[in-house]
Amino acid sequence: MQFIPQILFLLALAFGLIFFARNVKRLRRNINLGRDLDRSDHKSERMSKMMRVALGQSKMVTKPIAGALHVIVYVGFVIINIEVLEIIIDGLFGTHRIFAFLGPVYDFLIGSFEILALLVAVSVILFWIRRNVIKIRRFVLSEMKGWPKNDANYILYIELVLMALFLTMNAADLHLQTVGAAGYAHEAGLAGAFPVSQFISPLFDGMSVGSVIAIERAAWWIHILGILFFLNYLYYSKHLHILLAFPNVYFSNLKPQGEFKNLQAVTDEVKMMMDPDADPFAEPAEEEEDDEMPAKFGASDVQDLSWFQLLSSYTCTECGRCTAECPANQTGKLLSPRKIMMDTRDRLEDVGEKLNKNKDYKPEEDDKQLLDDYITREELWACTTCNACVEACPVGIDPLSIIMDMRQYLVMEESAAPAELNNAMTNIENNAAPWPYNQQDRLNWSKEA
Amino acid sequence: MSEELKVPTMAQYMAEGKEPEVLFWVGCAGSFDDRAKKITKAFVKILNKIGVDFAVLGTEESCTGDPAKRAGNEFLFQMQAMTNIEVLNSYDVKKIVTACPHCFNTIKNEYPSLGGEYKVVHHTQFLKGLMDEGRLKIEGGKFKGKRITYHDPCYLGRANGEYEAPRDLLRKLDVELVEMKSCKQKGLCCGAGGAQMFKDAEKGDKEVNVLRTEQAIETKPDAIAAGCPFCNTMMTDGVKGKNKEDDIEVLDVVEMIANAEDL
Repeated sequence: MQFIPQILFLLALAFGLIFFARNVKRLRRNINLGRDLDRSDHKSERMSKMMRVALGQSKMVTKPIAGALHVIVYVGFVIINIEVLEIIIDGLFGTHRIFAFLGPVYDFLIGSFEILALLVAVSVILFWIRRNVIKIRRFVLSEMKGWPKNDANYILYIELVLMALFLTMNAADLHLQTVGAAGYAHEAGLAGAFPVSQFISPLFDGMSVGSVIAIERAAWWIHILGILFFLNYLYYSKHLHILLAFPNVYFSNLKPQGEFKNLQAVTDEVKMMMDPDADPFAEPAEEEEDDEMPAKFGASDVQDLSWFQLLSSYTCTECGRCTAECPANQTGKLLSPRKIMMDTRDRLEDVGEKLNKNKDYKPEEDDKQLLDDYITREELWACTTCNACVEACPVGIDPLSIIMDMRQYLVMEESAAPAELNNAMTNIENNAAPWPYNQQDRLNWSKEA
Repeated sequence: MSEELKVPTMAQYMAEGKEPEVLFWVGCAGSFDDRAKKITKAFVKILNKIGVDFAVLGTEESCTGDPAKRAGNEFLFQMQAMTNIEVLNSYDVKKIVTACPHCFNTIKNEYPSLGGEYKVVHHTQFLKGLMDEGRLKIEGGKFKGKRITYHDPCYLGRANGEYEAPRDLLRKLDVELVEMKSCKQKGLCCGAGGAQMFKDAEKGDKEVNVLRTEQAIETKPDAIAAGCPFCNTMMTDGVKGKNKEDDIEVLDVVEMIANAEDL
C-alpha cells in the first residue's frame, strides 16, 4: 500500500514523458517537410551567438522593462528546475528532501528558489497587466485575437499557479518540520531555508497535522503534475520558444541582413543564356536538370520553405516586437511580420494534422495552401524589405525571408506582380533602369550645368 | 556651378592604358532622377577638388537589379547582375564607390556568389576614409551649429551595419547632431525599399514617409541629412507634405560637405 503514491507518480511521469516524446517526433517530422538549407558552417560563431542571444538574452534587454521581467522569469524557470529534480527523486523513492544532506548549501538553494519564485510570480503578474490592463499595442493587434490571446494568458496563469503551489508546498513543509511530523522532521534540524514561505506558514497554525499533510501532499502533486502538463502544453502553444529559441538562434542567418540569397537554378540558367559557346539546340542534360531544377520558384506553401523557416515558425512566441517595428504595420497596412510566422505555423500544423490522419497526404495536392488561404498578397506587397523585423526578433527569426520567397513565387510562377512593378521591371529589361530613360543618356548629368 | 565636371569613363581610362583608383557607380537614380543628380554632382565636385582618380561606367552601367530582386524577379535580377559583372570584370575593377545604398548592398553582398568580387564602399565610408587619410578636409562652413538629424538608410544601416561613417562626417561639419526616436538599428524605413519606390503603397492610415518625416520634424531640425537617393525623395516629399520645405532642407551628407566647401 505504501508504494501506491510512488507507482502513481512513476506512471504520471512516464505518461508525461512519452507524450512529450511523441510531440517532439511530430515537430521534427513537420520541420523536415521544409527544403534543404545548409547551416552546418561556422560552428563556433553559431555557438557563441547562441550563448549571447539565447542563453544570454542579449536582444531581450533592448526593451529594458520587458527584458528585465523576462530575464527574471527565465532565470527563475531554469533555476527552479533544479528543485524539480529533487521533487522527482522524492516522488520515485518516497523520500523527503533527499538533498537535505547538503546542509547549508541546501538551505541556500531552497532559499534562492523561494526568492526567485516570488520574483517570477510578481513578473508574471506584471506581464499579465501589460497584456490585459495596459493593452500594449503589439499585444492587442488583430492577429492576437482568440487562441493566441488566450494562450498567452494561460501560460501566465499556469506559471503563477505553479509558483503559488511551490510556495504553499514549502510553507506546509516548514510547518510540518517545525511541529516534528513523522516523515517530515529531519534529525539534523530544519531542512531548507524558507525566506518567503515562512510568511505563509503561520496560516497553518492550529490546523491538525493530518490536514497540513493533506495540503502539503496536494500542493506537491498538483505542482509536479502541473509541470508535466506544461511540458506537454508547449507543443500546442507559442511557449515552445523556451526550447526552440536555442536551436533557432544557433541556425539563424549569419550573413549581412541585406544579403538575399541567389537562386542557384536561376544562376545556372542565366549563365547558360549568356555563354556565347552554349548550343541553344543542345539536348538538356536530363538527369542533371531533374536534380537541380527546383519544382518551382519561391514558395506558395510550407513545403517550399526551408526547414529553418519552419523551425522559426514553431520558435516564434508572438511577442510582436517585429510587428511593432514594421513600417508597414505602423502605418496601418495589413502586413504584420508576426502574423507571417503565425500563419506559417498554423498551415504547417494543418499539414501535420492531415499527415497524422493519412500518411500518404501530400500538401502540394491540397486545395489549401499558405498563400491566399493564410497570407494574402496585399500583406506580401506591403513589405519594404527594411529588415526592422529581423533586427527586432530576440531569437533570430527572419520573417522577411518568407515574404521574399512568396513574392518570388508570385512573380516567377504566376507573373502576378502589381502592375506598376511590372512597368518598372519591363523598364529594367529594356532600358537597364527602372524608369523609361534610355541607357545611352546615362551620363548626360555630367554635361548638365 | 561654373566649373565643368570632370567625369572620365572606364572606356577612356582603358584607351589610355590607365586604371583609376576607384570606380564610381552612379546608379539609376543618380543618373536620371533630377534630385539625385544633384547628389551625384556634389560627390563628383568633391572628388574633382581633392583630385581622386575615379571613373564611371557611363552608358555601360545598368541597373544592379536590386528592385527586380526585391520585387521577387530573381531571373531579371541575375540577368542584370551578370551583365554588370561581365562589364566590371572586363575592366578589372577592384574598388567601387556608390552614393546609393541599394546599389552598394547588391554589389557588395549579392554579386560575389555570381562572380563579381569587389571592394564596395558607400560614398560616406569613402569620404570618411579620405578624411582619415587627410586628403579631405572638412570644416564647419554654413552648417556650423545647425541642428541636423540623420536618417539611416535601411540598406546602409541595418542591412550592412554602417551607422557611424555618415555621422562622423556630419560631426566634422560642426553641426548639432540630433537623433530621431527611431535611429540606427531601430531606424524607421523611409518607405521606398523593397521596390516600393516603383509602386503605390498598400492601403493603410498613413504613408511610411509621412510617419518618418514626422519623427524627423519632432527633433526640430534645420535640415534632414540622408545617405540614399530614395530616402532623399521620400523625406523631401514628406517635408513638402507638411509645408515645411522652406524651413527644413533635405540634403545628402555629401551635398552638405560640398555646400560647406562652397563647391
